[in-house]
Amino acid sequence: MSVHELELDLDAFEGPFDLLLTLVLREEVPLAEIDVAGIVLVFVERLAEREELDLDACGEFLVLVAALLELKARGLFAGEADLEDLEPEEAAEELARRLEEYRRIKGAAEWLAERLAGERDRFFRLGPAPLAPRGERRLAQQDPEALATAMRTLAAEQPEVSLSHLELRFPPVSQFLERFRAVLGRRQRFDFEHEVAGLSRIEQAVAFLALLELRRAGEVSLEQAAPFAPIRVARTAETREEVAAWSARSA
Amino acid sequence: MERPLRLIAANPVDSLARTLEALLVVASQPLSVADLAEAAGDEAERVETALGLLGDRYREGRSGIVLEQVAGGWAFRASREAAEACGRLFERPVERNLSHAALETLAVVAYMGPCSRPEIARWRGVAVDSVVAGLVERGLIAEAGRESAGAGAVRYRVTPLFERVFGLESLAALPRLEGLGGDSEELRGRLETLAERRPA
Repeated sequence: MSVHELELDLDAFEGPFDLLLTLVLREEVPLAEIDVAGIVLVFVERLAEREELDLDACGEFLVLVAALLELKARGLFAGEADLEDLEPEEAAEELARRLEEYRRIKGAAEWLAERLAGERDRFFRLGPAPLAPRGERRLAQQDPEALATAMRTLAAEQPEVSLSHLELRFPPVSQFLERFRAVLGRRQRFDFEHEVAGLSRIEQAVAFLALLELRRAGEVSLEQAAPFAPIRVARTAETREEVAAWSARSA
Repeated sequence: MERPLRLIAANPVDSLARTLEALLVVASQPLSVADLAEAAGDEAERVETALGLLGDRYREGRSGIVLEQVAGGWAFRASREAAEACGRLFERPVERNLSHAALETLAVVAYMGPCSRPEIARWRGVAVDSVVAGLVERGLIAEAGRESAGAGAVRYRVTPLFERVFGLESLAALPRLEGLGGDSEELRGRLETLAERRPA
Protein backbone atom coordinates (compact mmCIF):
# COMPACT_ATOMS: atom_id res chain seq x y z
CA MET A 1 0.00 0.00 0.00
CA SER A 2 1.50 3.32 -1.05
CA VAL A 3 0.98 6.32 1.16
CA HIS A 4 1.64 8.67 -1.76
CA GLU A 5 -1.30 7.35 -3.72
CA LEU A 6 -3.73 7.67 -0.83
CA GLU A 7 -6.83 9.28 -2.40
CA LEU A 8 -8.17 12.18 -0.32
CA ASP A 9 -11.53 13.89 -0.49
CA LEU A 10 -11.33 16.86 1.88
CA ASP A 11 -13.16 20.19 1.87
CA ALA A 12 -10.10 22.08 0.68
CA PHE A 13 -8.47 19.40 -1.46
CA GLU A 14 -9.35 16.39 -3.54
CA GLY A 15 -6.70 14.08 -5.01
CA PRO A 16 -3.73 11.93 -4.07
CA PHE A 17 -1.73 12.60 -0.90
CA ASP A 18 1.58 13.25 -2.68
CA LEU A 19 -0.03 15.94 -4.82
CA LEU A 20 -1.32 17.61 -1.67
CA LEU A 21 2.20 17.53 -0.20
CA THR A 22 3.63 19.07 -3.36
CA LEU A 23 1.03 21.82 -3.40
CA VAL A 24 1.53 22.55 0.28
CA LEU A 25 5.30 22.81 -0.14
CA ARG A 26 4.83 25.14 -3.10
CA GLU A 27 2.40 27.11 -0.93
CA GLU A 28 -0.33 26.72 -3.53
CA VAL A 29 -2.70 25.19 -1.00
CA PRO A 30 -2.98 26.99 2.35
CA LEU A 31 -2.16 24.40 4.98
CA ALA A 32 -4.41 26.20 7.45
CA GLU A 33 -7.39 25.07 5.37
CA ILE A 34 -6.38 21.40 5.40
CA ASP A 35 -8.09 19.07 7.82
CA VAL A 36 -5.18 16.82 8.88
CA ALA A 37 -7.44 14.66 11.02
CA GLY A 38 -9.41 13.91 7.84
CA ILE A 39 -6.25 12.61 6.18
CA VAL A 40 -5.52 10.37 9.16
CA LEU A 41 -9.07 8.99 9.03
CA VAL A 42 -8.77 8.12 5.34
CA PHE A 43 -5.45 6.38 5.99
CA VAL A 44 -6.83 4.39 8.90
CA GLU A 45 -9.84 3.35 6.82
CA ARG A 46 -7.60 2.13 3.98
CA LEU A 47 -5.47 0.30 6.54
CA ALA A 48 -8.52 -1.40 8.03
CA GLU A 49 -9.58 -2.66 4.60
CA ARG A 50 -6.38 -4.70 4.42
CA GLU A 51 -5.92 -7.95 6.23
CA GLU A 52 -2.38 -7.38 7.38
CA LEU A 53 -0.68 -4.37 8.95
CA ASP A 54 1.69 -2.62 6.54
CA LEU A 55 4.32 -1.33 8.93
CA ASP A 56 6.36 0.43 6.26
CA ALA A 57 3.35 2.38 5.07
CA CYS A 58 2.40 3.25 8.65
CA GLY A 59 5.89 4.52 9.43
CA GLU A 60 6.06 6.60 6.30
CA PHE A 61 2.61 8.00 6.92
CA LEU A 62 3.43 8.93 10.50
CA VAL A 63 6.53 10.84 9.40
CA LEU A 64 4.65 12.70 6.68
CA VAL A 65 1.65 13.57 8.81
CA ALA A 66 3.86 14.66 11.71
CA ALA A 67 5.74 16.99 9.34
CA LEU A 68 2.48 18.30 7.99
CA LEU A 69 1.17 18.99 11.50
CA GLU A 70 4.35 20.77 12.50
CA LEU A 71 4.16 22.95 9.38
CA LYS A 72 0.55 23.73 10.11
CA ALA A 73 1.21 24.56 13.74
CA ARG A 74 4.05 26.89 12.76
CA GLY A 75 1.86 28.48 10.13
CA LEU A 76 -0.96 29.13 12.58
CA PHE A 77 1.27 30.73 15.17
CA ALA A 78 3.36 32.67 12.66
CA GLY A 79 3.93 36.22 13.76
CA GLU A 80 3.15 35.45 17.38
CA ALA A 81 6.64 36.11 18.65
CA ASP A 82 5.34 36.48 22.20
CA LEU A 83 4.87 32.70 22.45
CA GLU A 84 8.55 32.06 21.73
CA ASP A 85 9.62 34.27 24.59
CA LEU A 86 7.60 32.26 27.12
CA GLU A 87 9.04 29.80 29.59
CA PRO A 88 7.94 26.19 28.96
CA GLU A 89 5.50 26.33 31.90
CA GLU A 90 4.04 29.60 30.73
CA ALA A 91 3.76 28.30 27.18
CA ALA A 92 1.96 25.21 28.48
CA GLU A 93 -0.41 27.43 30.46
CA GLU A 94 -1.05 29.60 27.40
CA LEU A 95 -1.69 26.53 25.29
CA ALA A 96 -4.05 25.13 27.91
CA ARG A 97 -5.90 28.46 28.04
CA ARG A 98 -6.33 28.57 24.28
CA LEU A 99 -7.43 24.97 24.08
CA GLU A 100 -9.95 25.65 26.80
CA GLU A 101 -11.31 28.64 24.91
CA TYR A 102 -11.51 26.60 21.78
CA ARG A 103 -13.32 23.80 23.59
CA ARG A 104 -15.91 26.26 24.78
CA ILE A 105 -16.42 27.54 21.25
CA LYS A 106 -16.66 23.96 20.04
CA GLY A 107 -19.26 23.38 22.74
CA ALA A 108 -21.14 26.48 21.61
CA ALA A 109 -21.06 25.22 18.02
CA GLU A 110 -22.46 21.88 19.17
CA TRP A 111 -25.20 23.69 21.05
CA LEU A 112 -26.02 25.67 17.89
CA ALA A 113 -26.09 22.47 15.82
CA GLU A 114 -28.53 20.86 18.28
CA ARG A 115 -30.62 23.99 18.37
CA LEU A 116 -30.75 24.06 14.57
CA ALA A 117 -31.83 20.44 14.46
CA GLY A 118 -34.57 21.25 17.00
CA GLU A 119 -35.76 24.20 14.95
CA ARG A 120 -35.98 22.33 11.65
CA ASP A 121 -39.76 22.40 11.75
CA ARG A 122 -40.00 26.17 12.14
CA PHE A 123 -40.97 27.78 8.86
CA PHE A 124 -41.29 31.53 8.52
CA ARG A 125 -41.47 34.14 5.84
CA LEU A 126 -38.16 35.36 4.50
CA GLY A 127 -38.01 37.85 1.77
CA PRO A 128 -37.43 41.30 0.57
CA ALA A 129 -40.00 43.52 2.28
CA PRO A 130 -37.93 46.46 3.46
CA LEU A 131 -39.59 48.68 6.01
CA ALA A 132 -40.72 52.08 4.80
CA PRO A 133 -38.25 54.83 5.60
CA ARG A 134 -39.09 56.50 8.88
CA GLY A 135 -40.45 60.01 8.86
CA GLU A 136 -37.77 62.66 9.01
CA ARG A 137 -36.97 64.11 12.38
CA ARG A 138 -38.49 67.47 13.11
CA LEU A 139 -36.27 70.53 12.91
CA ALA A 140 -35.09 72.28 16.00
CA GLN A 141 -36.93 75.41 17.13
CA GLN A 142 -36.56 78.13 14.48
CA ASP A 143 -36.83 81.91 14.71
CA PRO A 144 -40.02 82.98 12.85
CA GLU A 145 -38.43 86.36 11.99
CA ALA A 146 -35.58 84.63 10.16
CA LEU A 147 -38.10 82.56 8.21
CA ALA A 148 -40.09 85.70 7.30
CA THR A 149 -36.92 87.43 6.09
CA ALA A 150 -36.01 84.44 3.96
CA MET A 151 -39.54 84.30 2.53
CA ARG A 152 -39.47 88.02 1.76
CA THR A 153 -36.22 87.62 -0.16
CA LEU A 154 -37.76 84.80 -2.17
CA ALA A 155 -41.06 86.63 -2.72
CA ALA A 156 -39.51 89.86 -4.08
CA GLU A 157 -40.07 90.15 -7.81
CA GLN A 158 -36.91 89.84 -9.81
CA PRO A 159 -36.11 92.76 -12.19
CA GLU A 160 -36.95 91.77 -15.72
CA VAL A 161 -33.93 91.14 -17.87
CA SER A 162 -33.93 93.22 -21.05
CA LEU A 163 -33.76 91.24 -24.25
CA SER A 164 -34.19 94.22 -26.53
CA HIS A 165 -30.67 93.93 -27.87
CA LEU A 166 -31.48 90.44 -29.08
CA GLU A 167 -34.62 91.49 -30.91
CA LEU A 168 -34.66 91.42 -34.75
CA ARG A 169 -37.67 92.59 -36.68
CA PHE A 170 -38.09 91.06 -40.10
CA PRO A 171 -40.57 92.69 -42.46
CA PRO A 172 -42.58 90.07 -44.39
CA VAL A 173 -41.16 88.96 -47.74
CA SER A 174 -44.63 89.40 -49.25
CA GLN A 175 -44.36 93.15 -48.70
CA PHE A 176 -41.44 93.35 -51.13
CA LEU A 177 -43.02 90.88 -53.57
CA GLU A 178 -45.98 93.24 -53.88
CA ARG A 179 -43.72 96.23 -54.16
CA PHE A 180 -41.51 94.76 -56.91
CA ARG A 181 -44.52 93.48 -58.84
CA ALA A 182 -46.03 96.96 -58.70
CA VAL A 183 -42.78 98.51 -59.97
CA LEU A 184 -42.59 95.97 -62.80
CA GLY A 185 -46.19 96.74 -63.64
CA ARG A 186 -45.13 100.25 -64.45
CA ARG A 187 -41.64 99.63 -65.85
CA GLN A 188 -39.86 96.89 -67.85
CA ARG A 189 -36.82 96.89 -65.62
CA PHE A 190 -35.26 98.49 -62.53
CA ASP A 191 -32.05 98.61 -60.50
CA PHE A 192 -32.27 96.67 -57.25
CA GLU A 193 -29.87 99.02 -55.43
CA HIS A 194 -31.88 102.02 -56.49
CA GLU A 195 -35.12 100.46 -55.34
CA VAL A 196 -33.83 99.53 -51.85
CA ALA A 197 -31.74 102.63 -51.23
CA GLY A 198 -32.44 104.15 -47.83
CA LEU A 199 -33.78 100.89 -46.31
CA SER A 200 -32.22 99.22 -43.27
CA ARG A 201 -29.82 96.32 -43.65
CA ILE A 202 -32.48 93.82 -42.53
CA GLU A 203 -35.04 95.28 -44.95
CA GLN A 204 -32.52 95.12 -47.79
CA ALA A 205 -31.85 91.47 -47.00
CA VAL A 206 -35.57 90.63 -47.01
CA ALA A 207 -35.96 92.58 -50.28
CA PHE A 208 -33.20 90.44 -51.79
CA LEU A 209 -35.04 87.28 -50.64
CA ALA A 210 -38.18 88.59 -52.35
CA LEU A 211 -36.13 89.13 -55.52
CA LEU A 212 -34.89 85.53 -55.44
CA GLU A 213 -38.48 84.40 -54.88
CA LEU A 214 -39.61 86.25 -58.00
CA ARG A 215 -36.73 84.78 -59.99
CA ARG A 216 -37.66 81.25 -58.83
CA ALA A 217 -41.25 81.79 -59.89
CA GLY A 218 -39.94 82.93 -63.31
CA GLU A 219 -41.51 86.37 -63.00
CA VAL A 220 -38.21 88.24 -63.43
CA SER A 221 -34.77 87.78 -64.91
CA LEU A 222 -31.69 89.03 -63.10
CA GLU A 223 -28.47 90.43 -64.51
CA GLN A 224 -25.27 91.49 -62.86
CA ALA A 225 -22.22 92.46 -64.91
CA ALA A 226 -19.66 91.62 -62.25
CA PRO A 227 -19.53 90.83 -58.53
CA PHE A 228 -20.82 93.80 -56.52
CA ALA A 229 -22.02 95.46 -59.72
CA PRO A 230 -25.63 96.75 -59.73
CA ILE A 231 -28.29 94.04 -60.07
CA ARG A 232 -30.69 94.72 -62.91
CA VAL A 233 -34.16 93.25 -62.62
CA ALA A 234 -36.26 92.77 -65.75
CA ARG A 235 -39.78 91.51 -66.29
CA THR A 236 -39.91 88.17 -68.22
CA ALA A 237 -41.83 87.74 -71.49
CA GLU A 238 -44.76 85.72 -70.00
CA THR A 239 -45.24 88.24 -67.25
CA ARG A 240 -45.44 90.93 -69.84
CA GLU A 241 -48.08 88.96 -71.77
CA GLU A 242 -50.05 88.25 -68.59
CA VAL A 243 -49.89 91.84 -67.60
CA ALA A 244 -50.94 92.81 -71.16
CA ALA A 245 -53.83 90.33 -71.01
CA TRP A 246 -54.86 91.61 -67.63
CA SER A 247 -54.64 95.19 -68.88
CA ALA A 248 -56.72 94.25 -71.96
CA ARG A 249 -59.43 92.54 -69.83
CA SER A 250 -59.67 95.36 -67.39
CA ALA A 251 -59.76 97.95 -70.17
CA MET B 1 -74.46 45.08 7.89
CA GLU B 2 -71.64 42.58 8.51
CA ARG B 3 -69.78 43.07 11.77
CA PRO B 4 -65.98 42.67 11.92
CA LEU B 5 -64.71 39.40 13.37
CA ARG B 6 -63.90 39.89 17.03
CA LEU B 7 -61.09 38.02 18.74
CA ILE B 8 -62.65 38.55 22.11
CA ALA B 9 -65.95 40.34 22.13
CA ALA B 10 -65.87 43.93 23.32
CA ASN B 11 -62.20 43.95 24.29
CA PRO B 12 -60.88 47.55 24.32
CA VAL B 13 -57.74 46.63 22.31
CA ASP B 14 -59.70 44.56 19.81
CA SER B 15 -59.32 46.96 16.92
CA LEU B 16 -55.62 47.49 17.71
CA ALA B 17 -55.11 43.71 17.73
CA ARG B 18 -56.56 43.49 14.23
CA THR B 19 -54.17 46.21 13.04
CA LEU B 20 -51.20 44.38 14.60
CA GLU B 21 -52.33 41.17 12.93
CA ALA B 22 -52.23 42.97 9.58
CA LEU B 23 -48.79 44.47 10.24
CA LEU B 24 -47.34 41.10 11.25
CA VAL B 25 -48.76 39.28 8.26
CA VAL B 26 -47.20 41.80 5.88
CA ALA B 27 -43.79 41.89 7.59
CA SER B 28 -40.94 39.62 6.50
CA GLN B 29 -38.92 40.30 9.63
CA PRO B 30 -39.77 40.45 13.32
CA LEU B 31 -41.31 43.75 14.43
CA SER B 32 -40.49 45.21 17.83
CA VAL B 33 -43.17 46.63 20.12
CA ALA B 34 -41.82 50.10 19.25
CA ASP B 35 -42.15 49.36 15.50
CA LEU B 36 -45.69 48.12 15.98
CA ALA B 37 -46.71 51.05 18.21
CA GLU B 38 -45.37 53.57 15.72
CA ALA B 39 -47.02 51.94 12.71
CA ALA B 40 -50.35 51.45 14.52
CA GLY B 41 -50.21 54.95 16.00
CA ASP B 42 -50.89 53.61 19.47
CA GLU B 43 -49.21 53.32 22.85
CA ALA B 44 -46.58 50.62 23.49
CA GLU B 45 -48.43 49.42 26.57
CA ARG B 46 -51.66 48.85 24.64
CA VAL B 47 -49.67 47.14 21.88
CA GLU B 48 -48.28 44.68 24.44
CA THR B 49 -51.78 43.94 25.71
CA ALA B 50 -52.98 43.38 22.15
CA LEU B 51 -49.98 41.12 21.45
CA GLY B 52 -51.03 39.08 24.48
CA LEU B 53 -54.45 38.59 22.89
CA LEU B 54 -52.91 37.61 19.57
CA GLY B 55 -50.44 35.26 21.27
CA ASP B 56 -53.32 33.36 22.76
CA ARG B 57 -55.16 33.19 19.47
CA TYR B 58 -52.11 32.23 17.39
CA ARG B 59 -50.45 29.43 19.30
CA GLU B 60 -49.35 25.87 18.61
CA GLY B 61 -52.28 23.50 18.54
CA ARG B 62 -54.82 26.25 18.07
CA SER B 63 -53.80 27.80 14.77
CA GLY B 64 -51.70 27.01 11.68
CA ILE B 65 -50.06 30.38 12.20
CA VAL B 66 -48.07 30.87 15.38
CA LEU B 67 -47.06 34.21 16.88
CA GLU B 68 -43.57 34.06 18.37
CA GLN B 69 -41.19 36.42 20.10
CA VAL B 70 -37.91 36.12 18.21
CA ALA B 71 -34.85 38.19 17.25
CA GLY B 72 -35.91 41.13 19.38
CA GLY B 73 -39.44 41.34 18.00
CA TRP B 74 -42.67 39.58 17.15
CA ALA B 75 -43.28 37.53 14.04
CA PHE B 76 -45.66 35.00 12.57
CA ARG B 77 -44.42 31.57 11.55
CA ALA B 78 -45.99 28.31 10.47
CA SER B 79 -47.04 25.92 13.21
CA ARG B 80 -44.74 22.95 13.76
CA GLU B 81 -47.68 20.72 12.91
CA ALA B 82 -47.57 22.05 9.36
CA ALA B 83 -43.76 21.73 9.02
CA GLU B 84 -43.91 18.63 6.82
CA ALA B 85 -46.28 20.26 4.37
CA CYS B 86 -44.22 23.46 4.41
CA GLY B 87 -41.11 21.39 3.75
CA ARG B 88 -42.68 19.92 0.62
CA LEU B 89 -43.32 23.39 -0.77
CA PHE B 90 -40.43 25.47 0.57
CA GLU B 91 -36.73 25.23 1.14
CA ARG B 92 -34.70 26.58 4.04
CA PRO B 93 -31.68 27.79 2.09
CA VAL B 94 -30.13 29.83 4.90
CA GLU B 95 -29.38 26.87 7.13
CA ARG B 96 -29.02 24.14 4.49
CA ASN B 97 -25.68 22.28 4.74
CA LEU B 98 -24.16 24.50 7.42
CA SER B 99 -20.77 22.87 7.94
CA HIS B 100 -19.11 22.24 11.27
CA ALA B 101 -16.61 24.99 10.46
CA ALA B 102 -19.48 27.39 9.73
CA LEU B 103 -21.17 26.58 13.07
CA GLU B 104 -17.93 27.11 14.98
CA THR B 105 -17.39 30.45 13.23
CA LEU B 106 -20.97 31.45 14.01
CA ALA B 107 -20.39 30.52 17.65
CA VAL B 108 -17.27 32.74 17.79
CA VAL B 109 -19.07 35.69 16.19
CA ALA B 110 -22.20 35.24 18.32
CA TYR B 111 -20.26 35.12 21.60
CA MET B 112 -17.24 37.29 20.86
CA GLY B 113 -18.58 39.60 18.15
CA PRO B 114 -18.16 42.01 16.71
CA CYS B 115 -14.84 40.45 15.72
CA SER B 116 -12.57 40.42 12.68
CA ARG B 117 -11.44 37.50 10.56
CA PRO B 118 -7.96 37.36 12.15
CA GLU B 119 -9.62 37.24 15.57
CA ILE B 120 -11.95 34.42 14.50
CA ALA B 121 -8.98 32.58 13.00
CA ARG B 122 -7.15 32.87 16.33
CA TRP B 123 -10.07 31.35 18.18
CA ARG B 124 -10.57 28.54 15.73
CA GLY B 125 -6.92 27.89 14.85
CA VAL B 126 -7.59 27.78 11.09
CA ALA B 127 -8.05 30.28 8.29
CA VAL B 128 -11.69 31.38 8.12
CA ASP B 129 -11.89 33.58 4.99
CA SER B 130 -14.12 31.33 2.90
CA VAL B 131 -16.31 30.32 5.86
CA VAL B 132 -16.89 33.97 6.78
CA ALA B 133 -17.72 34.86 3.17
CA GLY B 134 -20.23 31.99 3.06
CA LEU B 135 -21.94 33.12 6.27
CA VAL B 136 -22.16 36.70 5.00
CA GLU B 137 -23.74 35.40 1.80
CA ARG B 138 -26.32 33.45 3.79
CA GLY B 139 -27.07 36.60 5.76
CA LEU B 140 -26.23 35.03 9.13
CA ILE B 141 -23.41 37.48 9.85
CA ALA B 142 -22.82 41.02 8.57
CA GLU B 143 -20.13 43.65 8.63
CA ALA B 144 -20.11 45.84 11.71
CA GLY B 145 -17.47 48.53 11.31
CA ARG B 146 -13.73 48.15 11.42
CA GLU B 147 -11.09 47.63 14.05
CA SER B 148 -9.39 50.79 15.36
CA ALA B 149 -11.82 53.33 13.94
CA GLY B 150 -11.88 52.72 10.22
CA ALA B 151 -8.33 51.64 9.42
CA GLY B 152 -8.26 47.99 10.59
CA ALA B 153 -9.85 44.73 9.52
CA VAL B 154 -13.61 44.50 8.96
CA ARG B 155 -15.51 43.24 12.00
CA TYR B 156 -18.54 40.98 11.88
CA ARG B 157 -21.58 40.43 14.08
CA VAL B 158 -24.48 38.00 13.84
CA THR B 159 -27.67 39.31 12.19
CA PRO B 160 -31.31 39.23 13.35
CA LEU B 161 -31.72 36.46 10.77
CA PHE B 162 -29.27 34.35 12.80
CA GLU B 163 -31.46 34.79 15.87
CA ARG B 164 -34.53 33.95 13.86
CA VAL B 165 -33.08 30.83 12.23
CA PHE B 166 -31.91 29.53 15.61
CA GLY B 167 -35.18 30.56 17.26
CA LEU B 168 -33.51 32.90 19.76
CA GLU B 169 -35.46 35.71 21.37
CA SER B 170 -32.17 37.62 21.53
CA LEU B 171 -28.45 36.86 21.92
CA ALA B 172 -29.06 36.81 25.66
CA ALA B 173 -30.87 33.50 25.09
CA LEU B 174 -27.54 31.80 24.22
CA PRO B 175 -26.25 29.53 27.01
CA ARG B 176 -23.36 30.87 29.07
CA LEU B 177 -20.04 30.09 27.40
CA GLU B 178 -18.42 29.11 30.72
CA GLY B 179 -20.79 26.17 31.02
CA LEU B 180 -19.90 24.81 27.56
CA GLY B 181 -17.01 22.62 26.42
CA GLY B 182 -16.76 20.33 29.42
CA ASP B 183 -14.59 20.42 32.50
CA SER B 184 -11.54 22.66 32.14
CA GLU B 185 -9.70 20.94 35.03
CA GLU B 186 -10.00 17.65 33.22
CA LEU B 187 -8.47 19.22 30.10
CA ARG B 188 -5.55 20.62 32.08
CA GLY B 189 -5.00 17.27 33.70
CA ARG B 190 -4.84 15.57 30.32
CA LEU B 191 -2.38 18.15 29.01
CA GLU B 192 -0.15 17.67 32.05
CA THR B 193 -0.19 13.90 31.63
CA LEU B 194 0.85 14.35 28.00
CA ALA B 195 3.66 16.70 28.98
CA GLU B 196 4.97 14.24 31.56
CA ARG B 197 5.03 11.42 29.04
CA ARG B 198 7.09 13.46 26.61
CA PRO B 199 10.75 12.38 26.69
CA ALA B 200 12.91 15.17 28.06
